[in-house]
Amino acid sequence: MEKFTQHNGLVIPLDRPNVDTDAIIPKQYLKSVKRTGFGPNLFDDWRYLEPGEPDMDHSKRTVNTDFVLNKPEYAGGSILLARENFGCGSSREHAVWALTDYGIRSVIASSFADIFFNNSFKNGLLPIVLKENVIDELFALSAGKELQLTIDLDSQRVVVNGDSSLVYDFDVDEFKKYCLLNGLDDIGLTLQHADDIRAYEKKRKAEAPWLF
Amino acid sequence: MARTLYDKVWDAHLVRQENDGTGLLYIDRHLVHEVTSPQAFEGLRLANRKPWRVDSILAVPDHNIPTVGRNEGISDPVAKIQLETLDNNCDEFGVTEFKMDDIRQGIVHVIGPEQGATLPGMTVVCGDSHTSTHGAFGALAHGIGTSEVEHVLATQCLIQNKMKNMLVNIEGPVGKGVTAKDIVLRIIGEIGTAGGTGCAIEFAGQGIRDLSIEGRMTVCNMAIEGGARAGMVAVDEKTIEYVKDRPFAPKGDDWDKAVVAWQDLKSDDDAVFDQVVNIDGASIEPQVTWGTSPEMVVGVGDSVPNPATENEAVKRSGMEAALAYMDIVADAPITSINVDKVFIGSCTNSRIEDLRAAAEIAEGKKVAANITLAMVVPGSGLVKQQAEQEGLDKIFLEAGFEWREPGCSMCLAMNADRLEPGERCASTSNRNFEGRQGKGGRTHLVSPAMAAGAAIAGHFVDVREM
Ligand code: SF4
Repeated sequence: MEKFTQHNGLVIPLDRPNVDTDAIIPKQYLKSVKRTGFGPNLFDDWRYLEPGEPDMDHSKRTVNTDFVLNKPEYAGGSILLARENFGCGSSREHAVWALTDYGIRSVIASSFADIFFNNSFKNGLLPIVLKENVIDELFALSAGKELQLTIDLDSQRVVVNGDSSLVYDFDVDEFKKYCLLNGLDDIGLTLQHADDIRAYEKKRKAEAPWLF
Repeated sequence: MARTLYDKVWDAHLVRQENDGTGLLYIDRHLVHEVTSPQAFEGLRLANRKPWRVDSILAVPDHNIPTVGRNEGISDPVAKIQLETLDNNCDEFGVTEFKMDDIRQGIVHVIGPEQGATLPGMTVVCGDSHTSTHGAFGALAHGIGTSEVEHVLATQCLIQNKMKNMLVNIEGPVGKGVTAKDIVLRIIGEIGTAGGTGCAIEFAGQGIRDLSIEGRMTVCNMAIEGGARAGMVAVDEKTIEYVKDRPFAPKGDDWDKAVVAWQDLKSDDDAVFDQVVNIDGASIEPQVTWGTSPEMVVGVGDSVPNPATENEAVKRSGMEAALAYMDIVADAPITSINVDKVFIGSCTNSRIEDLRAAAEIAEGKKVAANITLAMVVPGSGLVKQQAEQEGLDKIFLEAGFEWREPGCSMCLAMNADRLEPGERCASTSNRNFEGRQGKGGRTHLVSPAMAAGAAIAGHFVDVREM
């Protein structure tokens, strides 16, 4: 997994609540057996005017110039700003893979759906929860203009346009932070407890043999 | 200390707990399907790992399997690779799989309980958010992402933080003609799609106790639509009766022991919940969603809400966008909305009782002339077989419905079953998001009886008056 320590990037403001995983990556792209290559189809239904299929040349499709990802002032953006309940819907990790494949390193929103939130951490994508009034301010700062944020995971701070007087703190779970900072695969960490797992199984087999 | 049902199942599966509260949770049953597993098996292979407990895994293809012409194979080459990948992975690692031509094949959340692979008090995971369905058995069941699928394959455990406890009580009985689907849609309308975020919801009260196990599965299935990864219902005699004698269920001595242990799978009387929601069962009408989120729902006797009455700006613009997408006007009576297609199926409503309820409405009638396609997609090969034994297929076919092979089908339109842009569908599935059933398609979520009613009338009707 790619580490996340500090990231400086341009904000893409996506001003809608309840952005669901079907919108992030539509179902026809879930047929892939890979983890990569989803970037061109991030927000596919909103981004292009005609319906898309996996085998198309996406660079030749007509883009929806009204959609934020296609606006020149947000080109190259790597921080997605969104509203409440971001990532609701299905458990598809393809939604996270589409975001990271596009180049997004962090999503900032007032709340996230649980499964999406978890999936993000496993892929080096940092989801940041900020209060609704802060989100409102960030939307105002990014409306039609360039907003640069510096996200520092270790100190859990977001700095606005390099201005050290405009800083927002955020919370993050200790264990998730540790894994992200170090780019750690949590399977390896869990397997360090293999003896505990075996001991649990032994005890459980005696109590509830029908589960085995 | 008094504990909730969720607390009890959590405690029984905790392998270890870190100081920061993170738990390592043991997983009893791992269900697998073709869409969210290929990258997980690949990860396993790359790291030279093997499944920790292969007998805990049950796999089935369902999401992009065709529902017609199966003997001709799969025509979509991309889908074909994914289905073959599942077969190959299961063969390579020795995982039990119900392949496409197996009568036991079906939607993963239908076949788990049908086979008795889902048992009371288990922890059940699957790379699919509707895994919450299995909570109907007093199991702790939730959806996981592909990285977590790999983690469970490799370690039999999941790293989890404990969720909060939420109780939803349906007080008193619900009215005649009101189904499990109506109950859960009403709950989501009340709490909102993020209302249960971070929670395990226990559904309780007479309205829930009166439901069959299949009905409880419908309710738990949609817990995720209320933001909760897990929904649960306490075990009672109905649960035990349902599980008995199923292929994967314990037998003999094990069965007797299990039944004793399962008696405890309920919240203690004085257990404390972080949040409690009470809904008067008698006030629940058959429900119809009008917008692009399951919380945008009203009773069939109501009209489409008017955004002008909403004070909150973000909500109001969300309502306006939904009305524009759905191409319906504020204040229009729900029963004035015509539909083009009808879909009866999905892990929410494709079990035998669902098909019976729809058939009861359709019997002896004809699908309305304005309906271009009405389809019934059973949840599994065994559900299909049972329905055919009861003659339900004939009722549907004579009324003008199509009778298909089991799978997810138009619930998410990964296969050929989908809406065309602008088409409107009465659907028994669980998500009415933009484009869910096909780009530009418009979905109204309803119960099986309400879907059949809409097929016959050509527009939404109150099935209690049919
Ligand atoms: S029927 Fe629909 S919701 Fe259920 S598992 Fe299949 S795609 Fe998901």
